[in-house]
Parts: sequence; structure tokens; C-alpha cells
Amino acid sequence: MADSFDQQTRDDVFDYLLRLGDDRLILGHRLSEWCGHGPILEEDIAISNIALDCVGQAIGFLRLAGEVEGKGRDEDKLAYFREAIDFRNLLLLEQPNGDYAYTIMRQFLFDAFSYHQYEALQESRFEALAAIAAKSLKEVRYHLRHSSQWVLRMGDGTEESHRRIQEALDDMWMFVFEMFESDALEQRLVAQGIAVDASALQPKWEEMIANVLSESTLRRPMEPGYQSSGGRRGRHSEHLGYILSEMQILPRSYPGAEW
Amino acid sequence: MTDTEKLEKFQQRIDNGEKIEPKDWMPERFRRQLIRMISQHAHSEIVGMLPEGNWITRAPSLKRKLTLLAKVQDEAGHGLYLYCAAETLGIDRRELVEQLLSGKAKYSSIFNYPTLTWADIGVIGWLVDGAAIVNQTMLAKSSYGPYARAMIRICKEENFHKRQGYEIVATMANGTLEQRRMMQDAVDRWWWPSLMMFGPHDSESPNSAELIKWKVKTKTNDELRQRFVNLTVPQALAVNLSIPDPDLKYNEETQNWEFGEIDWDEFYAVIKGNGPMNRERMRARNRADAEGEWVRKAAEAYAAKRAAKPRVAS
Repeated sequence: MADSFDQQTRDDVFDYLLRLGDDRLILGHRLSEWCGHGPILEEDIAISNIALDCVGQAIGFLRLAGEVEGKGRDEDKLAYFREAIDFRNLLLLEQPNGDYAYTIMRQFLFDAFSYHQYEALQESRFEALAAIAAKSLKEVRYHLRHSSQWVLRMGDGTEESHRRIQEALDDMWMFVFEMFESDALEQRLVAQGIAVDASALQPKWEEMIANVLSESTLRRPMEPGYQSSGGRRGRHSEHLGYILSEMQILPRSYPGAEW
Repeated sequence: MTDTEKLEKFQQRIDNGEKIEPKDWMPERFRRQLIRMISQHAHSEIVGMLPEGNWITRAPSLKRKLTLLAKVQDEAGHGLYLYCAAETLGIDRRELVEQLLSGKAKYSSIFNYPTLTWADIGVIGWLVDGAAIVNQTMLAKSSYGPYARAMIRICKEENFHKRQGYEIVATMANGTLEQRRMMQDAVDRWWWPSLMMFGPHDSESPNSAELIKWKVKTKTNDELRQRFVNLTVPQALAVNLSIPDPDLKYNEETQNWEFGEIDWDEFYAVIKGNGPMNRERMRARNRADAEGEWVRKAAEAYAAKRAAKPRVAS
């Protein structure tokens, strides 16, 4: 199908796949920072597993992006040789891990989004994209179960865990609205049945969040005074540069070397 | 039956090649030795996650990142599996973890060395997992059933890790000048500590005779070490890496690669806690445990609340 794209669509799909891939790549990077330092051995295993899924999904999207672009860039070229301003991930996902409550809440907010996003993308007219979405949906179903169960445990656990998870939610609330922003590029692809309208996912997401928060005895934060935005246009927080300098150090230092 | 009779019968079962299972009678010392060995092994898996974990975020390709992440995750799984095997001997996992955190329990000294370049990730897979496999292949025949079964499963995964490690080694050894230099440097740093993994000479090994009599182990430290060297030297030569041992030479008659003397002062210093990374590794484990305490408590509190709630018919 990619062969039949006109140039505009090709550019749009390429960018759209970067958004999908970069979200998972950057989140996977953050999660992998926990490996060996988790609060309990079972969580070390679970978080590494989720990180593995995220990086695996990112590989799928970035590889496809490279194919659509048709300039000979593979997933590694796209991951290791782009600048922060070329990355298309949500700002939420590049935020530092914080304590385990912060990591879990970030995960839960994104899993709930990702779940609905994949559910809709399974129906994409771009079969290669629909196939990745269908496979990833199975993984995210597990991620969502894991993160929402931990939100419950922390919210309705001890006084300290309740305070920590509520604080994490309050701190992160300014980042969540970026998930539901749609732009002209996305709308052009929605019109062709390739992409999903992110703003249309919000009601389902809100419902899911409301249910889990209420069962966890947590309160939905007030509308934030500042809503973070810009990741889809390459406008990031200061954290992304550090992630990339760490992630990209070897291929950048020794261009052309095989590892 | 008197204790002497029980002991005789126990030894007879061992000599017949039978496996001892958790509910069988066993001498208290057998139990204690096994708890010590299995928990040390479990702790090694857990501490071993740290040096390799150090490179996950800097893996040079997405494929390498996945492989390393999966490997470190496997180690966590091995740790969990081994703690369960130790628990069959009537000790609680939390108690074992606290022995590690307080410094009372040991773990493999190899993890008290730092990982300096990506080449270390290849070399750890090749040498450290390679040495572990030689040891564990023997332990897979151990007389204690749960330990033997854990080893069979773990060995399968370790073999996979070793292959992946050697593939990194071969790729870099055949790569650019800088890559070759990094790889040789990593071999120079990890070679001797890898040989130390097999423990002291048989003559200096206080537990060996008893463990062999009970068939917990079936080969001595020196036998295993020689086997490892014989397996590994040709692998180094195949990719043109040199072994940092001027005394290394092949003996046609015995078909052994003879090697120089290990620096036993370094060996005992690191075991006693005076290696380059001992303090840092223990600090990392203690920090993770302390920072995780509220998380574990939350899970317990939540589970207790759930259990106390009257069940609603659905």
C-alpha cells in the first residue's frame, strides 16, 4: 500500500509513524533505567518486560517509517541519528522516572491512551500499521492491567503510598492533554482512514481514568494552569537531550561501525 | 532409626545416584550448605544485573538493546527461581535478601568489577556466563532435586547468553581499530576475575570434600577451572584476541591449556569486600530495597484490605 501513497501522504505517514515509534522508544528507555533497581524482584521483571515490549513496538514503527520514507534509513538510523528537534514523542514520556509512584502513574496514563489508540489503529487502511497495532494491543492490555493494579494498590494502600501516587498524578496532569491534540497532518491521514483522531480517544480515556481513580480513592486534579504541548512538532522538555546523548553515544562516536 | 542409621541410609541414596527431595530426611549440615550455595547463587544473579544494566540505555543498536534488556531480565528470573529453590529448604526469601543486604551473605565476586565500555557486555556474556555454565552444568547433576532442576533450566538460558556475548566479541574483534582496542582491553580486565569465579584451589577449599561426598558438586574447583580454560582459549584465538597470561601454553600430552597462577591476594581481598565495586554494588541493592519499602507495604496493606472486605456475590 505504501507504494501507492502520493508524496504528501508519504511525508505524513512517515511523520505519523515517528510519533508512534518515538513514544514507545523514549518510554522504553525510561523504563529500562529501572532494570536492577526495582522495589521488588517481581517488579524488576515486570518493568523490564514492559520496556522490552515498548522498544519492540518502537522497532516495528521506526522500521516501517524508514520503508515509507524510502531514503534507506532503518530503525537504528532513525533512533540514533536524529536530533531532539526531530523526535515526535509526547513530553509526558521523556519525564524522569521519579519514585515508583511517578513511574507507575506515567505508565497508567499512557497505557490507557495507548490501549485505545491501538484498538482504533487495528482498523487502519494501512495494513502494515494495522498489523503492528493488533500485535501491540495484546501487549498493552497486559501493561494496562499491571499499571492500573499498581495505581489501586498505591491509592488504596498506605497513607504514604496514597500521598505519593496522588502527588505523581498532580505533577503529571499538565502533560496529559498533549495526548489528545490533533493537527492538520493527523486529520489528513484520518480522512484517508490511515490514522486515528487522537481527540476522539479522550472520552474513552477519561472514562477509564475516572473508574480507576475512583476505585483507588484518588482525585482527578484541577485543570492545570499550564498545559504542556509540542512533542509532535519537535518541541520538547530539557530532559530529551540527555536521553538522546546517552542513547546515541556509541553510533554517533563511531559512525559506520557495526556492533 | 538412630541418626547414624539415617545418615548411612542418606549416604546410600546419594551413592545410588538418587535425588534428595525437600520432604526427605537430610543432615542439618547438608541443608545449611545447600541454603548457602543456592542463596549465594541467587544473590549473584541479582547483583549481576547491575554491571550489565549499566549499559542498557547505551546499547549501540535497538537489537542489542532488546537482547541485553532481555538478558538482564532473565537474570532477575533466575534469581527468583533460585530463591524459590532455597525456600524448599525451609528458609524465607526475605531472610535471604536481608543476609545479602547486611553483607552477611556472599555473591559472586566477579560482579565487583566495573563495566567500562560496550565491549564488557560481550566479554561478560562470553567469559562470565561461560564460566557460570561450566559450573552449572555440573550442578545440574546435583543430588538435591530442586537445585538440579533449577540448574537445567537456567543453563539453557545461559548458553543463549553466552552465544550472544561471543557474537558481540567476534563482531567487535573483527571491527574497527577502536573496537578491537576496546575488546582486547575488556578481555585483559575480565580474564583473571573469570578464572577466580571457580573459587580457591582444591587444597584451600574447605567445603569441597564434603560437597563432593554428598554429590552436591561432582567436580572440584580446579577441574572446572581447567575445563573452562580449555574451552575458552581456542575461542579467543579464533577471533585473534590474546589472553593476558604469559605462562599460557598448550600441553600436547595432557591436552590441557596450562595457565599461570591466579593473584590470590586479589581474590581474597575482593571476597572480603575490598574490590573496586563492592561498596557501590551493595549501596545500589540497599538503596533499591529501602526505596522500595513503601511500595511493598502499599501492596501488603492493599491486599489486607481486600481480604477483609466481605465478598460480593457476582
